[in-house]
Amino acid sequence: MELQQFYYDNKIVKNFIYATILWGLVGMSVGLLLALMFIFPNLTDGISWLSFGRLRPLHTNAVIFAFVGNAIFAGVYYSLQRLLKARMASDFLSKFNFWGWQAIIVAAAITLPLGYTSSKEYAELEWPIDIAIALVWLAFGANMIWTILKRRERHLYVAIWFYLGTFVTVTVLHVFNSLELPVSFLKSYSVYAGVQDALVQWWYGHNAVAFFLTTPFLGLMYYFVPKAADRPVYSYKLSIVHFWSLIFIYIWAGPHHLLYTALPDWAQNLGVAFSIMLLAPSWGGMINGLLTLRGAWDKVRVDPVLKFMVVAITGYGMATFEGPMLSLKNVNAIAHFTDWIIAHVHVGALAWNGFLAFGMIYWLVPRMFKTTLYSTKLANTHFWLGTLGIILYALPMYVAGFVQAEMWKQFAPEGTLVYTFVDTLVEIMPMYWMRAIGGSIYILGAIVMLVNMVKTVKSGSDVTDELAEAPALQKISKGRLRGETFHVWLERKPVQLSILATIAILIGGVIQIVPTIMVDSNIPTISSVKPYTPLELEGRDIYIRESCVSCHSQMIRPFRSEVERYGEYSKAGEFVYDHPFLWGSKRTGPDLHREGGKKSNVWHFNHMYDPQAIEEKSIMPRYPWLISDKQDYSQTRSKMEAMVTLGVPYTDEEIENSEMSINKQATAIAEDLLANDDIKTSFAEEQAEYGNNFVPLKDREIISLIAYLQRLGTDIKVKETAQIKN
Amino acid sequence: MLKFIKHHMETIDGIEIYPIISLLIFFGFFIALFWWVIKSKKTYIDKVSQLPLDH
Repeated sequence: MELQQFYYDNKIVKNFIYATILWGLVGMSVGLLLALMFIFPNLTDGISWLSFGRLRPLHTNAVIFAFVGNAIFAGVYYSLQRLLKARMASDFLSKFNFWGWQAIIVAAAITLPLGYTSSKEYAELEWPIDIAIALVWLAFGANMIWTILKRRERHLYVAIWFYLGTFVTVTVLHVFNSLELPVSFLKSYSVYAGVQDALVQWWYGHNAVAFFLTTPFLGLMYYFVPKAADRPVYSYKLSIVHFWSLIFIYIWAGPHHLLYTALPDWAQNLGVAFSIMLLAPSWGGMINGLLTLRGAWDKVRVDPVLKFMVVAITGYGMATFEGPMLSLKNVNAIAHFTDWIIAHVHVGALAWNGFLAFGMIYWLVPRMFKTTLYSTKLANTHFWLGTLGIILYALPMYVAGFVQAEMWKQFAPEGTLVYTFVDTLVEIMPMYWMRAIGGSIYILGAIVMLVNMVKTVKSGSDVTDELAEAPALQKISKGRLRGETFHVWLERKPVQLSILATIAILIGGVIQIVPTIMVDSNIPTISSVKPYTPLELEGRDIYIRESCVSCHSQMIRPFRSEVERYGEYSKAGEFVYDHPFLWGSKRTGPDLHREGGKKSNVWHFNHMYDPQAIEEKSIMPRYPWLISDKQDYSQTRSKMEAMVTLGVPYTDEEIENSEMSINKQATAIAEDLLANDDIKTSFAEEQAEYGNNFVPLKDREIISLIAYLQRLGTDIKVKETAQIKN
Repeated sequence: MLKFIKHHMETIDGIEIYPIISLLIFFGFFIALFWWVIKSKKTYIDKVSQLPLDH
């Protein structure tokens, strides 16, 4: 048989490795800055684009899509070519994938700090960037499938199934969760509202973890662990079961992020049941990875690559054991909204994703640069720093989570809550310190890797495309051969395999989401729930821009402790006009769903200006720019019209009179504020100083935000919570 | 107050069939998967699992 010669594209792999290291350090550093803000809340005092709410999505996006994303591409581009014995089909698409992805990351790094956000977790980027993501992702998929079609190896190794499953699922998730109606170039509203938006968002959010942080990395595990250990995977049969059961079950588990919320019970229970089942395929895969090292544990002692991989797989096992446990309603009642979840996700991110990426980089770089690792000692140092960092990060956060949950729920014998929210914060400050130290140690390890890599690259020769040869694939029947079973046939038919994988992932999504959207009329409408006034709508957009949702939930669960602390529990029917929903997933500060009417306008004004002046131990940062900046009302009408398109019943008259309505409501709030002597004096002084350039208080951003906060949860509060003391 | 969160599904026609269909899909899926895996030939499995080490 005639051998064909061809070259593996190594340069694209090199580029993605560089990007992985660079963005990894950036994403982790932003995380460290955020961790320090828990201790020094006004670390970036007065700089709006460095405030906690704006940086938090930057951290999550940078780590997930920039660090892990580039690592996925690096690993896929390296392993796919070799498993298929073919160069990537299109150099153009490879480059488009690389530069397009970096451009998206840069766009995210600019728009998120400027406050352009959809507020949906891990999907914060605004609609033009969403479209760019779709295009670049499709280019990646097209290049991959085209390469598969041009391959010289008949059978698709299991790693490639994971890559294909990742591609089709992320496409589906991204498209459906990003359905939004643009209002302007960088502002849009989710087409879903309230409960439906929450369900779609967490179907996406959960599966971003499943199909961006897990399945591609499992593919990488199935390739790089056998390579590094120089032995085949422990059980290929197990890997087949692992793949199909994982993608089939994973997609159902999303609602476990919404337990005890206003999401219908049937959807919550479905999410719980599938989350528990997920334990089986997850641990099957983990055991398969670890047992690949059977008989090679002596190598683990000396090879830093294998050390990283062993801890990565162990971290995967821990996180995927913890996940199903957290999905149990009784455990979730404790863990949800607390720092326990922060610990959970960081075991996944730091150990599983981080360490597998590091192991892969240590294995790849010396090979690509045709040299040896500059220093094994430094690599081992990195390993131990990283491991220590993970432990010092995760353990305090677990403790913090338990402490928060217990203190939030503590009742005195006379039936009152024992602790204020701030009491719980004070108690866990030492944990926040330890977390910041753990994170610093982890980053220090990554810097040690950077040094090691720079030295290794310098000692090596240029990366060149590697010559390889293999016989061309003989054409055989498209149908099944005699004696060929269905799955063996499927493994040489990439298109059919992708279609079946798509069907497997669609079943769960369809069964959960379609009824929730279909039974729109069954989300019990509450007659007293009315759309936001134009001013409140603008205030809500300020709330979204500052990402208040990062620290404050708007979802009171039906627990005695929460009803006592925050007020009447949240109902599905209260959120029907919320495009997007703002339930939140973490309570660094208290829940705000019933905030309306609890505090005076003056209190909110002073609190935004200087939270520590009102509550000394508060860790909320200051928002002085809300008080100094003029509110932009130029888009109010188009915003209301967009809302009408989405089904919010604003009348033409209301839209026509929006300016008048804003003026009336804003003036009332401003007058109320100016009745306070301190505020009156300071504004009089400001007016004297600025003269004609003075912006009246009623035109400032703080006014609309106060209007929104005072509206929160009041639609049904009057009737049902009269007896509840705050 | 429970009226707000109950009775979401009662008005869908033929809702009773949903859990039965779900169970069948789920059961069928795993029966087929395990059937294939148990029946697959050892020589084939060995060959495919060597693919990463092949180059």
